[in-house]
Amino acid sequence: MPLPKLLNGKAPAGTDLGGEEQLHPVDAATEAGLTVVDWIDERTQLSPGLRWMMFRKVPRGINWAYTLGAATMFAFLNQAVTGVFLAMYYRPDVNGGAYESIRNINDNVFLGQFVHGMHKWGASVMIILIFLHMGRVFFFGAYKYPRELTWIIGVVLLILTMAMGFTGYLLPFDQRSYWATIVGVNINNTGPFIGPYMGDFLRAGPEFGATTLSRFYAIHMMLIPGLMAALIGFHLYLVAKLGISAPPWLKPHEPEVLTEVVEV
Amino acid sequence: MPGAFEGETVTRRRFMSGVVHGAGGIAAAAFTLPALGFALGPIFQRQPFEWQIIGKPLDFVETTYVTKVLTIVEGIGEAGKSIAYVRKRDPQIDTEPLIKKNGYVLNDWIALSSRCMHLGCPVRYVEAAERFICPCHGGVYNFRGQVAGGPPVRPLDRFYTLEHDGYIYVGPRYSVNSELDVFSPRDPGEPLDGIGQYLYPSRFDTPVLPPTNNLPLPPKVPGT
Repeated sequence: MPLPKLLNGKAPAGTDLGGEEQLHPVDAATEAGLTVVDWIDERTQLSPGLRWMMFRKVPRGINWAYTLGAATMFAFLNQAVTGVFLAMYYRPDVNGGAYESIRNINDNVFLGQFVHGMHKWGASVMIILIFLHMGRVFFFGAYKYPRELTWIIGVVLLILTMAMGFTGYLLPFDQRSYWATIVGVNINNTGPFIGPYMGDFLRAGPEFGATTLSRFYAIHMMLIPGLMAALIGFHLYLVAKLGISAPPWLKPHEPEVLTEVVEV
Repeated sequence: MPGAFEGETVTRRRFMSGVVHGAGGIAAAAFTLPALGFALGPIFQRQPFEWQIIGKPLDFVETTYVTKVLTIVEGIGEAGKSIAYVRKRDPQIDTEPLIKKNGYVLNDWIALSSRCMHLGCPVRYVEAAERFICPCHGGVYNFRGQVAGGPPVRPLDRFYTLEHDGYIYVGPRYSVNSELDVFSPRDPGEPLDGIGQYLYPSRFDTPVLPPTNNLPLPPKVPGT
């Protein structure tokens, strides 16, 4: 619905302005995408925010090491997308059904082994990238003021990523999964005072039981991914807000605008 | 804080925002607390354990162990099963005191849990060495289940056993420290010597000695 002429000084491209600027149907079709974007942007005012996020000034001398954070994020997105589609075939049934459903994904489902492999190897890739990213930030001193909170959120994201690895490892429910989870839960148990209760929480009881697998599955695909998505959003907001730190070998120099000589 | 009229201690605006925040908090708690309780409830649960018949007294000797498969958790197939290594008590080596309850002796047959007390992998009994050996991280236990080497923090857990109507029954698991003193069941990796017994509290509402009034009936035809 176009706005009345009185309310709108300049109409979006392709809008019918009462016969003054009738577009040829072919031109209207080519402009349709732009029209839709304009229509949405006029109502949401998203483009200034996107421009703020995407077109930032970065310090000179940045290099490929600065892309590790984005690479980690794409590894997370890969895990999210492949995980959603694996969930369509996976069955968290402790009585052999879980293993059978994974076998079905690998053997029968079209591209099943490929998507499962992307999820499995992508998990390792994400852990490697997250540590490389952390190392870059540490050795470049990029965690210092005012970026401490970005670092802290990053550490929480690292812990959550490893929790994803721990809970995801059980899901294929083969011998390796089962015993690795027994060992992992018992490592949690060795924490003094609260350890035994943490183990009971993870297993849903004093023994590995009927709901342990579904509990791990729910933590793996709903609880932690939601937390991680929210924290990644906040992490990115802080990166955009505070700007990217300069490489440590770059000597600080005063911006030319401050050293401009003004004739009185 | 000045009010709308004389003597009023809370402004209407403040009262209103307090009511809205309170109502929102109650509404959020109404779904958060039950969900939390739902997730944390299993911490306070007791694992039900049925007494299981594993054989007759003559099936077991003093000199070696017989492997018996126990069902720890019902209804989940292989994942709910565990192994007990069972032998007859030998007074020459088994110097720990007898456990007696309701006229039954609960450790006249020694039933060791196969769960390694390092981190829970399954140990196997090696006949030639008279040792229990864990495949994961190299834990070794002697013939009585006491730690002989490697990382385990306490001897192998045991199951209560009793003889009733000519059959051997296996009951709940219990834990022992290096002196083979009896404790309620703990998880692997939790030492029970010295300060360990205080660092790792026992599960809520779990008795050390099991009830003996819920024994299943022996099979109709002996030997089946």
